[in-house]
Amino acid sequence: MSVIFLAEHQQDTFKKSAFEAATFSKKLAEKLGTTAIGVVIGSMNNPGSLGKYGADKVLHVQADQNVPFDSQVFTEALAAAAKQSDASVIILAHSSTGKALGGRLSARLKAGLVSGVNALPDTEGGFKARKSVFSGKANGIYNITSAIKILTLAGNAVKPVRSETEAPVESLQVTLPTARITVKEIKTVQGIVPLPEAEIVVSAGRGMKDPGNWGIIEELAATLGATTACSRPVADADWRPHHEHVGQTGIAIRPNLYFAIGISGAIQHLAGVNTSKVIVVINKDPEAPFFKAADYGVVGDLFEVVPKLNDALKAFKAAH
Amino acid sequence: MKYLVCISKTPDTTAKIGFTNNNKTFDSNGVQYIMNPYDEWYALVRALELKETQGGDITLINVGGVDNETIIRKGLAIGGDKAVRINAENPSAWFVASQIANYAKNEGFDIIFTGKETIDYNGAEVPAMVAELLDLPLISFASKMDISGNKATIQRDIEGGVEIVEVDTPFVISASKGLAEQRIPNMRGIMMAKTKPLEVVEPLAIEEMIEIDHFETPPPKSSVKLVDPSDMEELVRLLHEEAKII
Ligand SMILES: Cc1cc2nc3c(=O)[nH]c(=O)nc-3n(C[C@H](O)[C@H](O)[C@H](O)COP(=O)(O)OP(=O)(O)OC[C@H]3O[C@@H](n4cnc5c(N)ncnc54)[C@H](O)[C@@H]3O)c2cc1C
Repeated sequence: MSVIFLAEHQQDTFKKSAFEAATFSKKLAEKLGTTAIGVVIGSMNNPGSLGKYGADKVLHVQADQNVPFDSQVFTEALAAAAKQSDASVIILAHSSTGKALGGRLSARLKAGLVSGVNALPDTEGGFKARKSVFSGKANGIYNITSAIKILTLAGNAVKPVRSETEAPVESLQVTLPTARITVKEIKTVQGIVPLPEAEIVVSAGRGMKDPGNWGIIEELAATLGATTACSRPVADADWRPHHEHVGQTGIAIRPNLYFAIGISGAIQHLAGVNTSKVIVVINKDPEAPFFKAADYGVVGDLFEVVPKLNDALKAFKAAH
Repeated sequence: MKYLVCISKTPDTTAKIGFTNNNKTFDSNGVQYIMNPYDEWYALVRALELKETQGGDITLINVGGVDNETIIRKGLAIGGDKAVRINAENPSAWFVASQIANYAKNEGFDIIFTGKETIDYNGAEVPAMVAELLDLPLISFASKMDISGNKATIQRDIEGGVEIVEVDTPFVISASKGLAEQRIPNMRGIMMAKTKPLEVVEPLAIEEMIEIDHFETPPPKSSVKLVDPSDMEELVRLLHEEAKII
């Protein structure tokens, strides 16, 4: 028996989701009285560092090659790792990679899947995993009845806990199938934390009036070390890049802190952000629906409030 | 080309969410249902555009009860050629995927389209399960797709950017925003949809692997704490000392 997790990485850097999966797997393994085993697919120079976040051991598949993402190839590797380590639970990130693998592995291993899990499962008298449903308006608690269980873990659901222990690394020999998908190009924004991983998000909407006004938003984000986001009309008008669009038709995020600036708070927007831990709304209209979903609100003109907030944050950072 | 478009039904985003049967069942009383937007706006319309430029035939499939025929007819009005409904109520992702794969396995579809996820359970599980059951490649979260001969070039949304991939038919593709432009059914489409074939098939028996224990609604947010717009030091203090978030 074991809990295994896929540790996603880009070249030699683990993604944040890998550390979250490691810590989550370790906590779950302790509950179940077993070990947490990380699986790393493709060349990576320091797989043992997963030990710092909870992995008891790491299985390294195709240690010396780059393995581009193809869900069939990765499924084969994970199925082999699950067999090798007699896995009873498989943890994936609720990411573009993990979502493509969860369903495949579930069908392959006849293992029940709950995706987007946001808390440690209740393992007393069953295996009950909780996830957010209906765009954050409720939680569903599902009992997995199959022998092997698969969870994809929502971002920011667990805080990675770090120690100084490296994990032993074993190479796992797997004959991988030939990929049927050829990855031609990967274009990602550099130097910014991708939105789904961001802990602080500064989001702005039509209240900004003009794309030329975004300087104050970018400055605020820079002070906070935050990632920027936007409402749908703003992306539709090409004021901001499409990958910043959050909400029902954009991406769903759950940062620890979400700033909504000049966004009215339409239900379709809230659908993508309302599971954020703390929401701050800045809007000149006291009746804006967003205030109902907010923890902290500022009724005022964003063009005055945002620079003031930025100054106050800078002073705070300088003092701490 | 033969296209299969998987469509599902979801409560409208604005629907009030409640539960019955000891919080085990979603209360559909008074709930307005729609076709899942990702299925309708992007998956179905992209299939239609391909049909218009390259020819072909579009089958819609839905796993659900007879009530779902409203959204199936809407799909036919937008442009599906025929439809299949696998007759089952409240199915799980695994149940749905098994039925779709069972139907598709002998039909020789070139491309199977789904939405990237449904807006109620947000699982993104069905496309990957269908792909695995049929041993097909999966390109999920596709926001652009072009095809020439049997080779497709697809842009797939990943964290913080996109990935461009190539794949030969047959394959499964799940659609995100951008794959196509939403279309509204016109009168002619609505009239024609009434006579298009809608076949009803009884489901295959499936062993479920998960069961709902219960639903819970999060406690309502305590009301917002308003901060004076001229005192942003106070907001910073609250975020630091009270929310402990910075
Ligand atoms: C099916 C469907 C799906 C949708 N999906 C999404 C989605 O995924 N994401 C999304 O965001 N939307 C989505 N929408 C659109 C959504 O309904 C709203 O129209 C949209 O979110 C509004 O964007 P906004 O808040 O930026 O603009 P507005 O609604 O125009 O709000 C602007 C706000 O800025 C405030 N403001 C103006 N000037 C100032 C100032 N100087 N200082 C302070 N505040 C100011 C105003 O008071 C107002 O509240 C969807 C709609 C539909 C029908």
